[in-house]
Amino acid sequence: MSALLSVRDLSVDFTTYGQTHQVLHGVSLDVPAHAQIALVGESGSGKTVTMKAIMGLLRQPPAHIRSGQIFYDGRDLLTLADNERLALRGTAMSMVFQDPMSSLNPVFTIADQMGTILKYADRRLGRSRSARDRMARVHEVLAQVRMRDPERISASYPIMLSGGMRQRVLIAMALLSEPALLIADEPGTALDVTTQAQILRLLKDLVTQRGLALLMITHNLGVVRETSSYVYVMNKGRVVEQAETATLFANPQSDYTKSLIAAVPRLTGGTRYGTVTP
Amino acid sequence: MSAMLEIRNLTKSFPTHSTFGRQTGEVKAVADVSFAIEKGQVYGLAGESGSGKSTIARMIMGLTRPTSGAILIDGQDIAGQIGTRAHGRRVQMVFQNPGASLNPRRTVAQSISVPLVAHGFDRAAQPRRIGELLDMVQLPQAFAQRYPHELSGGQKQRVAIARALAVAPKLLVLDEPTSALDVSVQARVMDLLTDLGRAMDLTFLFISHDLSLMRNFAQRVGILYLGQIVETGLTAEVFERPTHDYTRLLLASVPVISAEEEAMRPIIPLIDGEIPTAEKLLALRGQATGKDTP
Repeated sequence: MSALLSVRDLSVDFTTYGQTHQVLHGVSLDVPAHAQIALVGESGSGKTVTMKAIMGLLRQPPAHIRSGQIFYDGRDLLTLADNERLALRGTAMSMVFQDPMSSLNPVFTIADQMGTILKYADRRLGRSRSARDRMARVHEVLAQVRMRDPERISASYPIMLSGGMRQRVLIAMALLSEPALLIADEPGTALDVTTQAQILRLLKDLVTQRGLALLMITHNLGVVRETSSYVYVMNKGRVVEQAETATLFANPQSDYTKSLIAAVPRLTGGTRYGTVTP
Repeated sequence: MSAMLEIRNLTKSFPTHSTFGRQTGEVKAVADVSFAIEKGQVYGLAGESGSGKSTIARMIMGLTRPTSGAILIDGQDIAGQIGTRAHGRRVQMVFQNPGASLNPRRTVAQSISVPLVAHGFDRAAQPRRIGELLDMVQLPQAFAQRYPHELSGGQKQRVAIARALAVAPKLLVLDEPTSALDVSVQARVMDLLTDLGRAMDLTFLFISHDLSLMRNFAQRVGILYLGQIVETGLTAEVFERPTHDYTRLLLASVPVISAEEEAMRPIIPLIDGEIPTAEKLLALRGQATGKDTP
């Protein structure tokens, strides 16, 4: 078990209105330390359920983890006691969410929110630091996500920041307690293309410079190619293909991956729409 | 003159107000925009949020009045026709989010019949026409009695297209029609739009921020930035030889999936920081010159 995160044969059911549907069918994936891994799939493929199971965010019921293991650093998260699991979440493994506006509390400043996160992360890890040290750490992390003026940003409310800056704040929040694994769920999807490019590059730089492992969850094959070295393709609750990212694009094996790649419009043109030729 | 849509020096300004309601200036959402679309062609308007692309669409639809400039559809100025049946029969629109643009309490048939009723279509012939329209967008007839929540995103967008085509318009404004859809569903909706365009000799104004999609759907393209078209021309030429820095920045930012596409992207340093928005420019101008209310 050399991978930092290892999901083994994970099967998840959802029960609603007395009906049970199997949503994940034996999903397995590995995220080695310092590696950049992508999980790609369309809506309903199960990528978000997989992420939630890893982070322990699945509400049970309606969800039910039928079988499987999720190892983090050799320990099965599914058999850990609640408080042990809590000690890992947001500290050893943290998340960057998709929509920066709904992930931030509109009535607290960035400093308040980040300070609180740090305080509780410290408490879970059995550490403590003064309010002044906490603020110093908040400013340090905001500078790491390339905010020019951390003091001003931390005193701001979310509404005073642009979408790109809010996304940076979310990344900073995830970095607060120096995690070894960063899980990013469609970061930048809600942003303009130029801002998205900046965010993706920032994530990539942070991950390589700081030696983090990255699990990038996305529906966008372009994002997969730009941010990962190994990729898992999900469809209908199953991993249908896994390969080195370059290999996947050069030589896709499964019919699903082939059709997905074929559906992506190319910047070079050549995609012909319409069933009738003119 | 065979232009289906002609936009001449179109400008739209919105007043800006202080906290207490006093007018402090104005922001030009669309500034002196001109372009034309030939019959049967697809013209793409590309730009990021705040570029003015949706404001242009709203003015063409008559939902917002231009501050100055003219919009001609099939050679006729629409200024005197806004809100008339004649205007609605010439141009229709497909919106970005089909989940929000379809009334959840109406069946598919009821949604499609709204424009038919508004345009005085014979009531007895309506079910037949609705059947035809469902055929056109390749949905089974049984869908007529379904509600939007029973449909997938792609199916909903097909219903929205059927509704837009109900009165047989000549010009269709597509405002990010596939940005809410999965890539495989997007491909099928684009196939449908292409087929319908050919079969019905439709002209499209295609608004999108997705440059890769635009490259494959629009023959001509205009790049909008802060309300102005900074570059326009044949899509292939603009993409292969961009001349404006903003076009180059946009192209450099597109995530791509092949080395050939990567080679097409201009190599420019992606500056960290914000691309100026209209609001920011206005704030800067306000600082420099004080109030400059016209």
